Amino acid sequence: MQEFDLAIIGAGPAGMAAAHEAAGLGLRVVLLDEQPRPGGQIHRDVDRVAGARADRLGLDYRHGLRLTAALRQADIHHLAGAVVWAIEDGFCLSYTRNGQAGQVTAARVVLATGALERPMPLPGWTLPGVMMAGAGQILLKQSGVAARRAVLVGAGPLLYLVAAQMVRAGTPPLALVETPTGADRWRALRHLAGALRGWRDLVKGAAMLAVIARARVPRFPAATDIVIEGKTGPDALRFTSRGRAQRIPCDIVFLHHGVVPDTQAARSLGVRHLWHPQQACFVPQLDDWGGTDVPGVYIAGDGGGIGGAGAAEIAGRLAALRLAEDAGRITQAQRDHRAKPLRAALSRALALRPFLDAAFPPYAAALAPADDTVVCRCEEVTAGTIRDHARLGCLGPNQAKAYGRAGMGPCQGRYCGLTVTAILAKANGRSFDDTGYFRIRPPLKPVTLGALAAMEHTEPGTPDQETKT
Amino acid sequence: MKPVLPFLELEVGPRVPVTCDGVALDLPLGANLAAALLAAGIDVFRHTPVSGAPRGPFCMMGACFDCLVEIAGTTRQACMVEVTAGLDIRRPNMGRDAGI
Repeated sequence: MQEFDLAIIGAGPAGMAAAHEAAGLGLRVVLLDEQPRPGGQIHRDVDRVAGARADRLGLDYRHGLRLTAALRQADIHHLAGAVVWAIEDGFCLSYTRNGQAGQVTAARVVLATGALERPMPLPGWTLPGVMMAGAGQILLKQSGVAARRAVLVGAGPLLYLVAAQMVRAGTPPLALVETPTGADRWRALRHLAGALRGWRDLVKGAAMLAVIARARVPRFPAATDIVIEGKTGPDALRFTSRGRAQRIPCDIVFLHHGVVPDTQAARSLGVRHLWHPQQACFVPQLDDWGGTDVPGVYIAGDGGGIGGAGAAEIAGRLAALRLAEDAGRITQAQRDHRAKPLRAALSRALALRPFLDAAFPPYAAALAPADDTVVCRCEEVTAGTIRDHARLGCLGPNQAKAYGRAGMGPCQGRYCGLTVTAILAKANGRSFDDTGYFRIRPPLKPVTLGALAAMEHTEPGTPDQETKT
Repeated sequence: MKPVLPFLELEVGPRVPVTCDGVALDLPLGANLAAALLAAGIDVFRHTPVSGAPRGPFCMMGACFDCLVEIAGTTRQACMVEVTAGLDIRRPNMGRDAGI
């Protein structure tokens, strides 16, 4: 089994930056990533995207090219297409790659697992043709596949970005149905002074809105009572905006109301998480370097709290500096000297965040779905069933698993965990922290018995191996 | 199937033959399988084992497991597979309306 100084999980901005920095400081680094090529979700498949498509997607995407180029130059053992399904003490990481299981060991771990889109349970959200807006964006940027008659629903900068990219692709959305209210905008204005330090992002946002306006995409503010109609796919989106009932026939619905940290790997290691009221999600508790309460386990990027791609990259470098010091490759003084400009840049990168959190809160009705709305997509458990569990004395998500299987399907609670916690917390009148979250155990992703059985006989993965499916 | 497909392919490139439930399809080589199937007009990827409800790709990033298909007998997330020539794709629990 190959041994490394550092294992990094995830090749998005945080993971790529951490790997590059750590390898440059002399650490032996293994980088494991689920995708066949580096980039993460924000720079997905950036190395293969044609020039024309890169133009359509905008400058930020091309910044990813610089990150992947740096990754190639450095001496990094990059296991692409490796799905990590267990991280055990010591640390031993088990993964599946090309249908075969393998293991590597490393003295330290950086989790750069990024974010998931916040689940948005509303009537009809399980229909084929209803997707997260990030999925719509992945279709566009990775595959050049555009939805012809789509409605965008929810809140957040990503919704505008996807809308603008759809306009540039020649397939503008039929409508932008937005859930934030005028009151949200007022609350956000209190953070405007701080936000001005992140003026570059504000300018980008204004440019996206201009593209949407020029394409005359209808926008419906303060939407409530949102329902997706249809039996085998969306027929129409129904909602109320400014007191008027609306119905927009469509083929595709893209949902989005923010992103939340993907905490599965961190939770499986027992990292302490606390509820973050402004971001409305659980966030791992980290020190200034991304260090957790579990020795040797660090978290960088959106997996440690939502900060965006720019902040993620910096957090990755900071974690690498701390770990290089830990491994004796640099002194504490060298570490702090190198970290100083990074900390200033991190503060700038996060300046807009409080404004964004206030301006684009989650859609309230999706945090407390109606009784007949499916919450757990895998096991098809409704919000009403979870409330029934609470009436029978169920206090937390782990008990809810035993009562009715919520969170026990293949996605392992990724798209119901926060909703189940919210419903139980409200029903029982307890805090989110007291209610808690699903206990996450390996395997973090399904692994076949065949892959496990063959594990003894397989050599650890080699870099640059062609990923074939 | 709707007369106009819900998804549009913006670019053309080399295509390779695959089969989906025994029906021949030509999909873009190296494309994300879930995206390629959507662009080919396949919207329902499977039916759920619990209620038999239809499902299709939802997250496109390997997290939700709604785009599960069978490839050469192994259940895979279509959004984590790249198109290669000769893929033998089957949709689980398609039941009565298995036609494309």
